[in-house]
Amino acid sequence: MSHVSFSQLTLNGLWKNNPALVQLLGLCPLLAVTASTVNALGLAAATLFVLVVSNTAVSLIRSLVSDTIRLPVFVMIIAAAVTVTELLMQAYSYELYQILGIFLPLITTNCIILGRADAFARKNPLPTALYDGFIMGIGFGAVLVILGAIRELIGTGTLFADMQLLFGAGAEHWRWTVFSIDYPLLVAILPPGAFLVTGCLIALKNQIDTTLDRRARAQIEEPIAGSKRVRVTGTIS
Amino acid sequence: MKGLASIGISGTVLAAFAAITSLSIGWTYLRTEAQIEQEVRRAEARQLLEIFPAETHDNDIVDDTFSVAADTPLLGIRETREGYRVRRGENVIGVILPVTARDGYSGDIRALVGIRNDGTVAGVRVVAHRETPGLGDKVDLRKSQWILGFENRSLTDPPPPSWAVKKEGGVFDQFTGATVTPRAVILATRRALEYAASNNDVLFEIPADAS
Repeated sequence: MSHVSFSQLTLNGLWKNNPALVQLLGLCPLLAVTASTVNALGLAAATLFVLVVSNTAVSLIRSLVSDTIRLPVFVMIIAAAVTVTELLMQAYSYELYQILGIFLPLITTNCIILGRADAFARKNPLPTALYDGFIMGIGFGAVLVILGAIRELIGTGTLFADMQLLFGAGAEHWRWTVFSIDYPLLVAILPPGAFLVTGCLIALKNQIDTTLDRRARAQIEEPIAGSKRVRVTGTIS
Repeated sequence: MKGLASIGISGTVLAAFAAITSLSIGWTYLRTEAQIEQEVRRAEARQLLEIFPAETHDNDIVDDTFSVAADTPLLGIRETREGYRVRRGENVIGVILPVTARDGYSGDIRALVGIRNDGTVAGVRVVAHRETPGLGDKVDLRKSQWILGFENRSLTDPPPPSWAVKKEGGVFDQFTGATVTPRAVILATRRALEYAASNNDVLFEIPADAS
């Protein structure tokens, strides 16, 4: 684990080991607040911030804390980071704070954060730990936002509605009505819709992985399985 | 002995971290406290000013409160909440009453009802609800203009029996797919008007012989 390159970390956080699609961690907020893009983005930003802060702090103190007490210490750090985030959001984005409500303090119990602290940050130096927190947060946030956008689009026919809650009054006209419907597809906004869309996203990711995998294997095998006339230049691995 | 020593060290480290994390929370709290209070007031004021726009009065509504006891008849509120007085010069030109409709489709609907001293509705705003997204949540002004339909209504316009959705012989629109939610809000508004009518003196501080 100690010689992880940044590109590997990036690939891990965004795709190969994506917290939401592969590790399936933190599903409670993922499913609960993704009824619209703005909610998803708000929670994504808060989670990202907490992940970076906790990974940084855990990495900094990794030599001070013995194994026996590491978990209570990590939990304290995470809880403090969440509380600070909550206070800041209350002060500078009050309406979004009201919308996210209980899911903000619940970030404390999001397994991704303790998971990254315990599995990665405590074994790695500051730059890698910080970057891991950042990229895992981005990976989680990206799924949140995609999920929120899909559900908002299917459920209400709009995209980026109410963005002024996050970006101030200038963002009011970002709202984009893709189509208007009298009978919205309610299931997309209600909790079951979250499961359905998440399931489809995971299936899509697995499908892409399988296709890529097959293509990669085909490239290797083709020259060997091909006709006698095939002339191979380069190396076969 | 070695065991004891390591427990001691662990305890000290834990205590140190508890102190550091508490301090950082405390520090942030102190730094954001004023800003948060301001935001809470601003959010509250924004809602009140939507009901009684700034040009209609000359007092600070947010500060001009009176408390309305829990279980006050007609208002339905479950805990003591605040009402607001709206003044212009010497006169109380209106009040904003807290109401709770307990007969919503999914839990309580909390709202503010603004009533002018002539008994007409200045505005109604739903402040908290858990109605079905896409159907019942059209009582929320962010989703639909429906709630504006109460403006300037009173107990004589329409008369009380017509305070109902059209489907049930009233004058107010229902939503496609939702009757329970609008009915709850309509009745809560009507009850607020009735409350204001029977407590006219107290609310608007008009001497009994003048009315």
